Amino acid sequence: MTRQKRSHHKLKRAVAPYLYLSPSLLIIGLLMLLPMVTVIAYSFQNSAVLRRDPSFAGLKHYQAIFDDPVFWASLWHTLYFTCMSVIFHMTIGMVFALMLNSDRINPTLRSVLRVLYILPWLFTAVIIAVIWRLLLEPNGVVNSMLMQIGIIGSKVEWFSSPQTALHAVTFANIWAGYPLFMVSLLAGLQGIPKDFYEAADIDGAKAYQKLIFITIPQLMPIIISISLLDFIWTMQVFPLIWITTGGGPIYSTEVLSTYTYKLAFSSYNLSQASASAVVILLISLGLTLFYIRYQKAR
Amino acid sequence: MRKRNSGKDRLITVALHVALAAGLFFAAFPIYWMLSSSFKSNTEIFALPPTILPKAFTLEAYAAILGDPVKLRFFFNSYFLAGTVTVLTVLIALLAAYGFSRFNFRGKGSLNTLIISTQTIPPITLLIPFFGLVVSYGIFDTYVALILTYLVFTLPYAILLMTGYLNTLPRDLDEAVAVDGGTSWTALWRVIVPISLPGIVATSVYTFLLCWNEFLFALTLTKSTSMRTVPIGIQLLMGQHAFEWNQMMAMSVLGSLPLLVIYLVAQRYFLAGMTAGSVK
Repeated sequence: MTRQKRSHHKLKRAVAPYLYLSPSLLIIGLLMLLPMVTVIAYSFQNSAVLRRDPSFAGLKHYQAIFDDPVFWASLWHTLYFTCMSVIFHMTIGMVFALMLNSDRINPTLRSVLRVLYILPWLFTAVIIAVIWRLLLEPNGVVNSMLMQIGIIGSKVEWFSSPQTALHAVTFANIWAGYPLFMVSLLAGLQGIPKDFYEAADIDGAKAYQKLIFITIPQLMPIIISISLLDFIWTMQVFPLIWITTGGGPIYSTEVLSTYTYKLAFSSYNLSQASASAVVILLISLGLTLFYIRYQKAR
Repeated sequence: MRKRNSGKDRLITVALHVALAAGLFFAAFPIYWMLSSSFKSNTEIFALPPTILPKAFTLEAYAAILGDPVKLRFFFNSYFLAGTVTVLTVLIALLAAYGFSRFNFRGKGSLNTLIISTQTIPPITLLIPFFGLVVSYGIFDTYVALILTYLVFTLPYAILLMTGYLNTLPRDLDEAVAVDGGTSWTALWRVIVPISLPGIVATSVYTFLLCWNEFLFALTLTKSTSMRTVPIGIQLLMGQHAFEWNQMMAMSVLGSLPLLVIYLVAQRYFLAGMTAGSVK
């Protein structure tokens, strides 16, 4: 190669990665970063989107949201829904993973059960919502079973009574989401070196001691990172709640996403909806920073 | 090492199997109920006591769905959108992943962090500006609007997934092409792509599922019945037909088929696609 050719080659080598990345960066820049700036701008405008020359509104829309009791109720419901979901996803996922990993069950049964336990994961949120509406109908199969066992005396309107609706949607979401934990923890369990347990056996450790001192500490990194991701994603859940209760009855299942959606597309108050969307974004970003820091620290 | 036949040990094994059965009931009964209801008549669904197996097995609900061109259109739209976005995502992500995996350049680290963090941006936050953009560019209620939207959500994770895969491939392969005087572009298509099939399949599966399941944007950025996708179709069915539960269940079963088939055929890729980001 001549010197000129070589420097030409070097230049190509320097420019190439940017060329390969450009379609992705263009899409992410134009359709993700720009809209984020736009939504922040909307939240400071009067009649955003609806008028061509919106006037500056200052912090008015944020003020309106923070003065709205429904916003605070939604925040509280989101927190309850998310925390309960993550805690139970983790617990159920862990119990199922430990059961499936036990050497007391035969391998065929194990692989069949593994497929069946993953089932809820394979269904779309909308379909999960419809299934649970059918199950929890006042005349449905769950009421009928519970009445037969004697747990409830009369038919419960799970999704349409303000006392039970939030618990019912949370339960449906718990059912829908544990397999992510289960699958990840199963993978994690298989990665724990066998000699840890052998050493514990020699020391005469009991089963629960092995669980507390070996299994759980070894799985901790997976538990923490999945919990964080699950928390961020569950906080953003929309279709499940939209289809089962639509946020009602009387706001009892209103969460931040349904609250924002209604502001935007039922009341057409897009400015105020943008302010609410920015609040959700800030919460998510805070958690994401935490997640990235944790991932980098590992 | 364990004493297998002691009474206490047997008791634990029995208890474990009882717990496994309870877990199975919890995990699978709702799905079984959907399936069995889709083969019942609407009156039998609420029969007391509930019939576990359909007493009068009927395919009327499936016939009603598959005989209705409006509903078939929902399925076409879902398959078409998910298919198109999958092809585009894989192509674009492959290029980006190649850049990340085979080159060192300024800003690589921060771009990588940027892409990781875009995964957690709440869809509802992007919905309002997207609505504004889509309306002002006159693409409201079109495929283009949904394709562009879905690309934004599928790309970041697809890039991470593909980069992870390409990083496992030895560099000598593409360096051999460079020695022969080939460009990085030739190396990508001649050498990398043919051996990247497992990574491409996992990325495709993940992308397809994400598009197939999407609800919020399909709900907001389309309006006419002919543009609606399966999830919206199911919601519409719930509103229109004052609770034709058997039809809703039949449509749910049909709407779950692609996911079930993908899972059964490509379980390994499915799990790789769904967990890679979280386990690593």
